[in-house]
Amino acid sequence: MREILTVLESDAHASAERIATLTGIDEATVREHIAAWEASGVIRRYKAVIDWDRYGDQRVTAFVDVTVAPERGRGFDDVAERIARFREIRAVHLVSGAQDLRVEVEGASMKEVADFVAQKLSGIDRVTATSTHFLLRRYKDDGQLLTDPEPDQRLSVTP
Amino acid sequence: MSAPGKPFSRTVSAIPPSGIRKFFDLAQSMQGVISLGVGEPDFPTPWSAREAAIHALEHGATTYTSNSGLLELREAVVDDLADRYGVRYRAADECLITSGVSEGLDLTLRALLNPGDEVIVPEPCYVAYQPCVAFAGGVPVPVALDPGDAYRLDPAIIGAAITENTKAILFGSPSNPTGSAQSAADLEALAALAREHDLWLLSDEIYDRLTYHGIHTPAAAAAPERTVTLGGFSKSYAMTGWRVGYVCAPEPLAQLMHRIHQYTMLCAPHMSQIAALEAMRTAQDDVDEMVADYDRRRRLFSKGLEELGLTCPVPGGAFYVFPSIASTGMSSEQFAEGLLTQEKVAVVPGTVFGPSGEGHVRCSYATALPQLEQALERIARFIA
Repeated sequence: MREILTVLESDAHASAERIATLTGIDEATVREHIAAWEASGVIRRYKAVIDWDRYGDQRVTAFVDVTVAPERGRGFDDVAERIARFREIRAVHLVSGAQDLRVEVEGASMKEVADFVAQKLSGIDRVTATSTHFLLRRYKDDGQLLTDPEPDQRLSVTP
Repeated sequence: MSAPGKPFSRTVSAIPPSGIRKFFDLAQSMQGVISLGVGEPDFPTPWSAREAAIHALEHGATTYTSNSGLLELREAVVDDLADRYGVRYRAADECLITSGVSEGLDLTLRALLNPGDEVIVPEPCYVAYQPCVAFAGGVPVPVALDPGDAYRLDPAIIGAAITENTKAILFGSPSNPTGSAQSAADLEALAALAREHDLWLLSDEIYDRLTYHGIHTPAAAAAPERTVTLGGFSKSYAMTGWRVGYVCAPEPLAQLMHRIHQYTMLCAPHMSQIAALEAMRTAQDDVDEMVADYDRRRRLFSKGLEELGLTCPVPGGAFYVFPSIASTGMSSEQFAEGLLTQEKVAVVPGTVFGPSGEGHVRCSYATALPQLEQALERIARFIA
C-alpha cells in the first residue's frame, strides 16, 4: 500500500486508475486507501511544485536563525507557534546548535523580508537575537534537483 | 600496397555481425525517435559511486590492481552472494573481477571448452552467447523455449538436446530479451539434469537485482559444484559504461579463467572497481528506487501492450518485455522497421535473439513513463 503514496508523492495528479495500473493494486482498493489517508491526515494536501522564478515572479527567501529564551514548562513551543502563524513564514524548525529556531521567510522584495524580520520577528517576546541569510540560488529543493537534467548519452539501440 | 591476402580467422569470419546494428544505424539517422531499443538503464550511476570514483582519480587510483581485482571488492561480492542467496564462493580463489559479464563469459568459455564441445543455449537469448561459444572453439546448440510456457527452462526441451559432446548449458535469468525469471523448481530440475550428464551450468545473472516477483533465484543454489555465476554492476547499479563485473566459479575452473585474464585484460579498470565497491556499500536505496520505478513502468507498459492485442507473459525481471506481434500478421523485421519508419518508435526484432524470436519484438522499458505512454499511442496507431 506504501506504493500508492510513493506514486502520489511524485505525481499528485495521478488518478486512481493510473495508480492501480502502476502498482498492480486494484482500483477500488486504491480509492479506499486514499480516502482513508485523506481523512486521517497521512495525506495532508495535494501540491504542485512550481518554479516561480521561471514563471517570472520575483520572490525573496531568507533563512533566519532565531535565538529564543525558552519559557518555563513550555520550552520553545509557544514562541515557535507564534512565529509560525505569520503569513510570511514558510517553515519553522527547532534545531540543535548555537541558535534555536531556523525559520524560512518569504517576501516580494529584500526590503519586505528585512522589514518583517526587524519589525515583527525580532519584536516577539522571548526572541533575543536573529541572524538573517538571504537565499541566492536553489540547486535542489524538496529532494528535487533544480539544475538541468543530465543529457541521455545512451545509444538509441543497444544489445 | 595491399594488406596480406591470406584468409582471416575462419571461426570469426563465419559469425555474422549483430542484427542490432542495422536498427541502430536507421534509428540514429532519424529525429524524434522514442527508443525502446536500449539495453541499459536510463538512470545515471548513483552519485555516491561517481563521487567515489572522482575522489579515487584525484588520489591516484590510476594503476593496475591485482589480476583478480581489489580484494575488498571480491569480498563484498562473495559476502553479498552469501547474504542474499546463501551461495558461498571464496573471495581468494573463486571470484574474479572482470570487465563486465562479457569478459567473464568469454573467460568461462575459453577455460572450459575443447574444440567440438557443445554448449546448449536456450533461445531467445542475449546476442553474445552463441558467438562467444564459437569464438572459444565450441559448438553452440540452440534450443527454442516455449513462449506459451513463459520461456521456462523446461528440462525436457533442454534434455532432448544433450549429446555425448555436451559440456555446458548457458542461460540468463532474468533474461535479456524475454524478461523471464526462472523459478527455483526449474533450476533444481536443470541442476539434476546437469548432474546426470556431468554438465556445467553457466548462469548469466547480470539482472539479478531487477526482479519483480520476489527475490532472484541463483542457479548456484541448486548446484554450487558445477555452476559458474556471472554477475556485475551494469544493470543493477546503472553502471554500464564502467565495464566492471565478476565471475564466480569452483576453484579449478576459476584458476584457469584467471590465467587467461592475467595475460589478456590484466585487470578491470581500477577506478571502476572503486566505484563498484562504493555502489555495493552505499547505493542500495538507489537500487530500490530504480527497481520500484521499473516495476511501475513494467505494469503500465505490459498492460498497454495487452490492450493492443500484443500479448506477452508478464516479465518477472530485467527491463524488457517480449510481446508477440503475431496478431499483426507481420514478421519481426517488418514490424520493427515499419514502426520505426512510420511512427518513430525503435524496438528490436525478436529474430536478433535467435530464430525462435520470430513473431516477437523486444521492448525495453528503461525509459521514462511519459515516453512509454507516447510509445504505446504510436504503436496503437501503427497497428490500427
